[in-house]
Amino acid sequence: MNARSLTAGFATLIRRRETGVVVAIVVLIGFTTVVNPGFTTGSDGFRNLLLTPSLLMILAVAQATVIITKNIDLSVSAVLGLSAYATGRMFTDFPDAPIWLVVVLGIAMGAALGTINGALVSLARVPSLVITLGTLYAYRGISIAWAGGDRINAANLPREFTALGTATIGGIPVLFLVAVVVLAVVAYLLAHTRSGREMYAVGSDDSAAVLYGLPVRRRVFLGFVASGSLAGLAGVLFAARYATVSSTAGADLELSSVAAAVIGGVAIVGGAGTVIGAALGAFLLATINRALPTLGIGEFWQQAVVGGLIIGAIVLDRLIWARQARRLKSSHASIAAASSGTDRGVFAEPTRPPKEPVP
Amino acid sequence: MTTTAEPVSTTPVARPFGERLRSILLGRDAVIIVLVVLVWIVGASTVDNFSKPNTVYYLLLDVLPILLIALPMTMVVVSGEIDLSVASMLGLSSVLVGVLFQHGWPIWLAALMALGAGVLGGALNGFLVTTVGLPSLAVTVGTMALFRGIAVGLLGTEAVTGFPSEYKDLASDRLFGPGTAIPGFLLVFIVLATVFGVLLHFTAFGRAVYAAGLNAETSRFSGINVPAIKFWLFIGTGVVSALAGVYWTLRYDSARGDNAAGFELAVVAAVLVGGVSIFGGRGAIPGVIAGALLIGEARSLLRLADVSADAINIAIGVLLIASVIFPRVLSGLKGHLTRRRTSGSFTPLER
Amino acid sequence: MMTKVDHEPDHPAPHDDPLLQLNDVSKAFGPVIALRSAELTVHSGSIHALVGENGAGKSTLVKIIAGLYSRDSGSFQFDGRPVDFGSTAQSKSAGIAVIYQEPTLFPDLSVMENIFMGRQPVNRWRRLDRIAMRQQTTELFERLGVNIDPDLPALGLSIADQQIIEIAKAISLDAKLLIMDEPTAALSGVEVERLFAIARSLRDEGRGLVFISHRFDEIFDLCDHITVMRDGAFIDTHLTTETSAPEIVTQMVGRAVETRFPRSRNIPGDVVLEVSHLRRAGAFDDISFTVRSGEIVGMAGLVGAGRSEIARAVFGVDSYDSGTVTVAGSRLPPGNPRAAIRAGLALIPEDRRRQGLLVDLSVGRNIALVLRRKLTTWGLISRRGEDALAEQWSRTLRIKARDLDSPAGTLSGGNQQKAVIAKWMATGPRLLIIDEPTRGIDVGTKTEVHRLLDELAGEGLAILMISSELPEVLGMSDRVYVLREGEITTELTRDEANAEVVMTAATRSEVST
Repeated sequence: MNARSLTAGFATLIRRRETGVVVAIVVLIGFTTVVNPGFTTGSDGFRNLLLTPSLLMILAVAQATVIITKNIDLSVSAVLGLSAYATGRMFTDFPDAPIWLVVVLGIAMGAALGTINGALVSLARVPSLVITLGTLYAYRGISIAWAGGDRINAANLPREFTALGTATIGGIPVLFLVAVVVLAVVAYLLAHTRSGREMYAVGSDDSAAVLYGLPVRRRVFLGFVASGSLAGLAGVLFAARYATVSSTAGADLELSSVAAAVIGGVAIVGGAGTVIGAALGAFLLATINRALPTLGIGEFWQQAVVGGLIIGAIVLDRLIWARQARRLKSSHASIAAASSGTDRGVFAEPTRPPKEPVP
Repeated sequence: MTTTAEPVSTTPVARPFGERLRSILLGRDAVIIVLVVLVWIVGASTVDNFSKPNTVYYLLLDVLPILLIALPMTMVVVSGEIDLSVASMLGLSSVLVGVLFQHGWPIWLAALMALGAGVLGGALNGFLVTTVGLPSLAVTVGTMALFRGIAVGLLGTEAVTGFPSEYKDLASDRLFGPGTAIPGFLLVFIVLATVFGVLLHFTAFGRAVYAAGLNAETSRFSGINVPAIKFWLFIGTGVVSALAGVYWTLRYDSARGDNAAGFELAVVAAVLVGGVSIFGGRGAIPGVIAGALLIGEARSLLRLADVSADAINIAIGVLLIASVIFPRVLSGLKGHLTRRRTSGSFTPLER
Repeated sequence: MMTKVDHEPDHPAPHDDPLLQLNDVSKAFGPVIALRSAELTVHSGSIHALVGENGAGKSTLVKIIAGLYSRDSGSFQFDGRPVDFGSTAQSKSAGIAVIYQEPTLFPDLSVMENIFMGRQPVNRWRRLDRIAMRQQTTELFERLGVNIDPDLPALGLSIADQQIIEIAKAISLDAKLLIMDEPTAALSGVEVERLFAIARSLRDEGRGLVFISHRFDEIFDLCDHITVMRDGAFIDTHLTTETSAPEIVTQMVGRAVETRFPRSRNIPGDVVLEVSHLRRAGAFDDISFTVRSGEIVGMAGLVGAGRSEIARAVFGVDSYDSGTVTVAGSRLPPGNPRAAIRAGLALIPEDRRRQGLLVDLSVGRNIALVLRRKLTTWGLISRRGEDALAEQWSRTLRIKARDLDSPAGTLSGGNQQKAVIAKWMATGPRLLIIDEPTRGIDVGTKTEVHRLLDELAGEGLAILMISSELPEVLGMSDRVYVLREGEITTELTRDEANAEVVMTAATRSEVST
């Protein structure tokens, strides 16, 4: 590694979306802390700084995994809710259940729900938007039907479990550590294993993936199983964190995971972005939510800020793409210049036959 | 060089009306309509009070916003796009009416401003999708948060109530007098349904919408201005969502930032169950109306049968999934059968 | 039909047995015969050119070799064994690599990932070994004599570089035979040289290369053998050193000029279309031509010469950088198809399934599409009007379909084309631009279309006909413009035009010595 490649590497790092989000986070935290030092300092401030985004980070990682394969999973929040309630019931009905078992079961439940999504999308080849819209409804319905008006309270849950929700290790909340571990594992798998890279390939150009002989359906399926499992895990943690679980757990999180991913640089058309970016996006979103009241902006404006950020993020991506295409068109012929970029839509058929001229 | 199943001497004509009618009657829309009727019959005979005018009245009041918004949404989806921001626009419009009312504005003027906001919101969506060229899914996820955010930002958790009774009556009055089933506001829906139905099925604009959804490139080659069409369709969803917001506010006598939260999914479900293809280019208004009514019926039924009102979500979810999987399965089977007899049209790409 | 020339025994071939041998291969798609008794023999350690005009069957042959199509008859031997590939994966694992004009890469992923996708080097714990991947990629590139950063995303690379990557992919898969389809179409001079150096080193390694091209200077520079195809059949194989460009051209086109084309002599009227110095960077340059009422102007040239781009630019589907388009005296604003239609233009595009028709829509609605506004009373479309219009035109053009409500995609190719013609003729244009009027159509319908075009010209319609089928161009046109690589090389009258002149003008058949 010579100096030039170092600086080149540095330059690419700067230009990455993840860096921008980190900068935004730092600026936000810095600014808010100036206004109110309690935001970051003191035992509560720091703990909440890291605790608040933890669940959304896990959901964002789940969502990003699916979006990378050029799909979307609208049902993650419902899976979370179902898993959270199931956790509560498990403890209520079997108070002596070991915590690790409940965690495993929660993840397994999520995996099962994700499998349904994955099977329907990869086998029936129907757009994931529609399928997961349907399963969102179905899973939420199941959770409401099961729970009725019931509420799980902290009293029903073992104290060691609820303690997990706010416990810290060396000042860092356990839940945050879990989120970081999840993030690290998934990021590793996506970046350093063949299956992970194939998922990017499938999202980047699925017809090329078919030509390469990649197992497209299997990879798409894998994405949904992964997102389901992670949402299941998030559900268990939700129960630990909030200790009150009703049938509406997670109801407002539907599109936050998508928003977090998009803000974090995961392209909605697939093939690009990282789960780290998605997690950072989640961190930013959750922190904004926490910061707004401190900054004197009614917390009620949070969603408007989120909306603006999403739009800003995708417009920015588009402008960058357009500028790149223009630059390439003038310098030499290339695929970027030639393609209109509009055929990579969310509703595009999963596999297109390769384009060939009539003989 | 003989090909199969092709008449040699006669000029092809359009199918006779009878045949067309029959293919419509056996088509996707008809199935949903029959389903609506079936559910009605089953419900009326098994569940007490289901067919009572009062129940029907509430069923219709509840389903009206879905019915209204599903109309322009159908056109958007047929053109190959989607608009997830409709419920947020409904909420925003509701809040605007409430806030302006609080400041002493007459309701009719406040409603007009709300409709104006609908135009602006729709124009924003349209601009981002057509001029900037962003995928509508991503854009409307963003505007969904933005509009809802503005709505909640304006009112927080407050609610504005106490709207004048003559306006509330506009929303809730029964058409034929107390105790009857038809709400007066349904007339508004009927008018809109006629307008949209005619627009989509009987005008040149409607033909162009279908073309845009089927193949944007061919449409371009045929002189159709696809971006302009889509732009106007988004304004359509914006305005009608705003109208639904006015209705919602007056009907529940409550302007809240979170009105109709999560509602967009019900509208999309109604459209898809109603037979509109998510890929664009296919679908019709009657089917969508039936789809929305089906959802309304199911809700009403389950509520009466003392099943949890939201357990209906399971049914909607399954219905939605089934409605998209079945056509796939069917066309897969059909493709299998028709591939045997090649009528001379070859597609060398298939392998 | 000339018989195959045997190879000279003293020609140095590293192996005696051919690497690739196809004999008497035929392939038909419904009524259209794409290949009949095609042959190709390629040896290891040679670069073999495959030439023929559009429609000669080269592309079909390549697809059979690649495993995309199955052959109807004939023998196919590769590496000494008879083979029958059912998929591209099979041909790939046998050692055949095809490099198409459009690279199939993953735009978001890096160069080295593109090369090794699915087979990335991994270390003990199944973790991707990026260092090894980078190293292997760099080695591959060194072998090819190029210097591309393995970490660059494929999206931003030039087509030349993307081709190199495709070649690198092929080598890393240990391909024994590489087929390159018009590889130099988008390359600059330097890039062409680089590509040739690579090709030569691959040949020296003992691989076999098939080089499909129309550029004779390149063929004679690079290739040691040339196989000529025409009308789906094998014509001849030569050693490059023993033949010449004119001889090849003659074999490519060698047939009597069709006299059976139904053309009547008209006296052309006023200028309807005048195109002046039209230019779009990267597509065409300094295009000027006219079309008069009552005449059929042919635009000849090879695929990729820019003719369709010009047509689309004139019609307004695409825009152009400079120049003017004038219709009947008034300037047509660029990029505005609706204005073009209003001015009386009609464009029947190249790809009738993807640009000409809405295949899922009924035939009747397709025909009535452009005219939809005129079919309204009080804003409402009259279904009866739509039906009547469609019936009228399908009668006039003798469209064969079960009924007009069937989806347009169920029609045969010829009838689909008629439907597109009907759609545009219904608008009553004064200028018709028709791009590849009879591509992929059976003989009977071809004649019908030609007769129709002649009739229309006789009635005063101005017709601009883009065609890659020489007989059609020569038989139908009153005047011919020949395009090559985005520029008009010559303008010929009907009497001046013959196959050799046109072909020579369309290709770079001047061989530099």
